[in-house]
Amino acid sequence: MDIELQNVSKNFNGKCALADINLEIAKKRIVAFIGPSGSGKTTLLRIINLLDSPSKGTIYLDARKNEDLTGEERYELRKRMALVFQNPSLFQKTVFENVAYGLRIRNKSTNEIDREVHKSLDLVGLGPLKNQFAPTLSAGEAQRVSFARAIVFKPELLLLDEYTANLDPANVKLLEESVLAYQKETNATIILATHNLFQARRLANEVVFIFDGKIVERGKKDIFFSNPRNPLTRSFLSGELIY
Amino acid sequence: MVFDLDPTESERLIRITLLTLYMAGCSTTISSLIGIPIGTYLGLRKTRFSLLIKVFTHTLYGLPPVIAGLVVFILLSRAGPLGGLGILFTPTAMILAQVLIITPLIIGLTASAISAVPQMTIDSARTLGARRFNLLKTMLSESRAGIFTAVMIGFGRAISEVGAVIIVGGNIKWHTQVLTTAIVFETQKGNFNYALVLGAILITLALVTSIVLTILQGRYKTGKNGRQIFRLRNGG
Repeated sequence: MDIELQNVSKNFNGKCALADINLEIAKKRIVAFIGPSGSGKTTLLRIINLLDSPSKGTIYLDARKNEDLTGEERYELRKRMALVFQNPSLFQKTVFENVAYGLRIRNKSTNEIDREVHKSLDLVGLGPLKNQFAPTLSAGEAQRVSFARAIVFKPELLLLDEYTANLDPANVKLLEESVLAYQKETNATIILATHNLFQARRLANEVVFIFDGKIVERGKKDIFFSNPRNPLTRSFLSGELIY
Repeated sequence: MVFDLDPTESERLIRITLLTLYMAGCSTTISSLIGIPIGTYLGLRKTRFSLLIKVFTHTLYGLPPVIAGLVVFILLSRAGPLGGLGILFTPTAMILAQVLIITPLIIGLTASAISAVPQMTIDSARTLGARRFNLLKTMLSESRAGIFTAVMIGFGRAISEVGAVIIVGGNIKWHTQVLTTAIVFETQKGNFNYALVLGAILITLALVTSIVLTILQGRYKTGKNGRQIFRLRNGG
């Protein structure tokens, strides 16, 4: 899915969360939004996911302007993407039913649901827990279920919001490998918001540095990390930025 | 004691018990059919109007049963607007009075259960492709434990209610006498043993119902894998 944002701003109760964001993201890329907490990464992901509307500006998803979308078109577009939140909010159901949720909404057949759910659970290594009641899972397992639930219906655009924050290294590694495996299989566009620079380095093709609601710098991963142009970016990458 | 009752008295006891269950079951079912949809609507809407209705509903939580009984009595009495129905001093009138008492409870508790579904859960459903109908289904499913509790509380209130049913039912032997009103009747006669037996039956009924509903609630809450949560919480 092609994404283009033109002069997108978002205010919450008069406070500016995003200011004049201009951004283009091509298909089949993995893009990392990096920046400190509260810089506007989550807000940007929610706007791209059409969960929230911008206060100003325009979003184009596959060249379709968000302002011109009917309710039905918005819904159809949203069905082609998925967002994984930082805190997995699993339903009060079994692991299997949580993962099957998106497929049931799309009226898939029982056989297809069964096949795809098992495939997704196997990818995140949770096949044996499929009958467990989801709220009893550990944080790492819950986030893996949340990821499996998002990819099971093969979204063209996958949005990951600090999806490995607060997880142990083993779970982080497993989820990162799952993202790469999913991208390899489906060629989906993936946008991840993270303040983990190492994760951005490991996963992304491109990096966008957001600070205080504005895009400070963007570039291809290698150039971005080896030769940042903006002093603020250099300061952030070196860990010297006070915010 | 109950074991010494003659066949007629035993039959009366069975009839009273069955009528009590029938009435509590009917009134809870009717109140749930009215209360759950209204409660769901109020839980979903955050308008000033819905807030007003919620405040009104919460006020009715404390509605004295005798007032509810009085209202139903006036409505159904010969001179009342519904007097033509001729249902005063019948189980139907008693069910109506119970519905008046427990519907606000079910509405209010359902609204609270629906409002308590975290915004993050709703957002998760939306981002997975849920639309209005699916969202509604998901919210009802996520708040099912709370809704079940609302129904349980409604049933408990109905089965133990005495003030309203005695006014509109008249406590007529073999016709409108239920466990609670029979206890009043037997106590007034000085027949304490019989009253105690009726009390024991009432408590047993409440206990059995509560156990059954709690098991069902646990099953709803934990899905198909109900036992697992107990094992985990017990450290197993």
